[in-house]
Amino acid sequence: MSDAPMSDGGSGANLRVPHSHALDKAADVEGRSLWQDAFRRLQANRAAMISAVVLIVMALVCFIGPVLVPWSYEEIDWNILEAAPPNIEAGHYFGTDSLGRDLLARILQGGQVSFLVGILATSVALVIGVTVGATAGFMGGSVDQILMRFVDVMYAVPLMFFIIILMVVFGRNFYLMFLAIGFVEWLTMSRIVRGQTLTLKNKEFIEAARASGGSTAGIIARHIIPNVLGVVIVYVTLTIPQVILLESFLSFLGLGVQPPMTSWGALIAEGAQEMEITPRTLILPAVCLSTTLFCFNFLGDGLRDALDPKDR
Amino acid sequence: MWAYFSRRLFIAIPTLWVVITAAFFLMRLAPGGPFDQEAPLPPEIMANLKAAYGLDQPLWWQYVNYLGNLLQGDFGPSFKYKDFSVTELIGQGFPISIQNGAAALFLALLVGIPLGAMAALKQNSGADHAAMTVAMTGIVIPNFVVGPLLALIFGIWLRETIFALPVAGWNNGALPNRILPVICLALPFIAYIARITRASLIETLRTNYVRTARAKGLPFRIVVLRHAFKSAMIPVVTYLGPATVFLLTGSMVIETIFGLPGIGRYFVQGALNRDYTLVMGVTILAASLVILLNLFVDLAYAWLDPKVRYE
Repeated sequence: MSDAPMSDGGSGANLRVPHSHALDKAADVEGRSLWQDAFRRLQANRAAMISAVVLIVMALVCFIGPVLVPWSYEEIDWNILEAAPPNIEAGHYFGTDSLGRDLLARILQGGQVSFLVGILATSVALVIGVTVGATAGFMGGSVDQILMRFVDVMYAVPLMFFIIILMVVFGRNFYLMFLAIGFVEWLTMSRIVRGQTLTLKNKEFIEAARASGGSTAGIIARHIIPNVLGVVIVYVTLTIPQVILLESFLSFLGLGVQPPMTSWGALIAEGAQEMEITPRTLILPAVCLSTTLFCFNFLGDGLRDALDPKDR
Repeated sequence: MWAYFSRRLFIAIPTLWVVITAAFFLMRLAPGGPFDQEAPLPPEIMANLKAAYGLDQPLWWQYVNYLGNLLQGDFGPSFKYKDFSVTELIGQGFPISIQNGAAALFLALLVGIPLGAMAALKQNSGADHAAMTVAMTGIVIPNFVVGPLLALIFGIWLRETIFALPVAGWNNGALPNRILPVICLALPFIAYIARITRASLIETLRTNYVRTARAKGLPFRIVVLRHAFKSAMIPVVTYLGPATVFLLTGSMVIETIFGLPGIGRYFVQGALNRDYTLVMGVTILAASLVILLNLFVDLAYAWLDPKVRYE
């Protein structure tokens, strides 16, 4: 039974530590994991905490709010049929757009699209970026060379042009949009993960995993990825606003979601056309979009301060 | 150095080829063609039109032909603007886009670097926080919001005053017509450059060689200007590569908002019109620009950072 001492935490079954009062006390002190440490640092950062709360509230309002608003985002109020000022009695708390649709309902629906695209496209980028980065970093050699040269080539390609071509070619498909945006945003993620993996892979615990017979795929999944998670979370939080911005940009150019569905970018584009008459239709969605981006950026900066090993 | 330079150019060729090929076949996958109209054309006319533009040939032959023409510097005829070749359209639009882009970049460096440097030198002071809040605002309020807002303010609210500015059109490059688009294009750059400058200068000021320079008695001002500044500029120069991409996409929005006849707007309209050759032309031009700028950035490293050597 050669591995018995190891399963015992390496202390040896027969070794007895003399019981003392001090040690009892030490056992009472609860250990803190790295994550708990990071969370405490994050909690101390007021801007980041406020941003997190604002984001949660905004997301909840966007997804639950439409149930409480008397109008739906596509319903036309036939009594109005123009951009009207707020009217509490008719149930248009933010007024209506140029077709007589309720602006509040449309902003909420646009927010749903923005949040969904932000999270889904970032997930696509996350999965591809982490897989490629961890594989390249861990395998090294020619696999690393090929993957990273590919990333280099992709960096030199004006990908925005390709997204636009894709949107035009395959129609303004919601699912295609977040896939396309995800395929663009994974590049930086893969570089970051690769860099982290390179520093990790020569550590003793990886060697131990390999010595005990772990497969390459298993080691990447069980040991490498959990350890790069901190950096990845920071980057994810900073990617979401970029994605939301990208989607709004596409919608602004008329290439995003299709009417009657809308998004904040599309609302801003509509509002921009009527701004001399009703600045509200431009300013309200613009404020929502900017607030969301602001909060994500602050939260990302806060998470970076809390989690990034470089700044500790 | 020259070996490095030529090797980079050598890598650029396959990159461009990938861009051209991908764009070519993606465009052709699109349902509908450049000659579709609301009232369908009679089949004979359609066939003649397609034959005139070579669209009746097999796809691979069109592709080979396109590559062959491209090697001779011919981007082909535009399918939508029938009297123009793509080269002519780009020749008209590109100078406008590049002038706006260069002016915006120049403005961004002119404002962003001092702003970031000031924030770094007064780290954690009120001025620092104010500058960084302004920078963050510049990042999170996108171009397509700032553009219409500026148009609203200077075109409508201040219409009667001396601050009134034209909000649309190029007017042969008259200065007042350029002000709003350039400012609008420059704002996010100012923000990014200020943030990058601040972070990098703070890091540089903590290095040993800066401490040494201080220790031998040089005044702080000289240390910053002569020792720290140059190497603190490396991340800013690095950013110029991604900035080109940013500039190109920004120009699509700016040119749409302010009605400027640049290549960004040609691209968006060309894509919507299925103007295959125009879209291809602009994409190739954009890719070449990005590759060139990245090369320039790499060369600038050697000047900024004595540790960088090219073999």
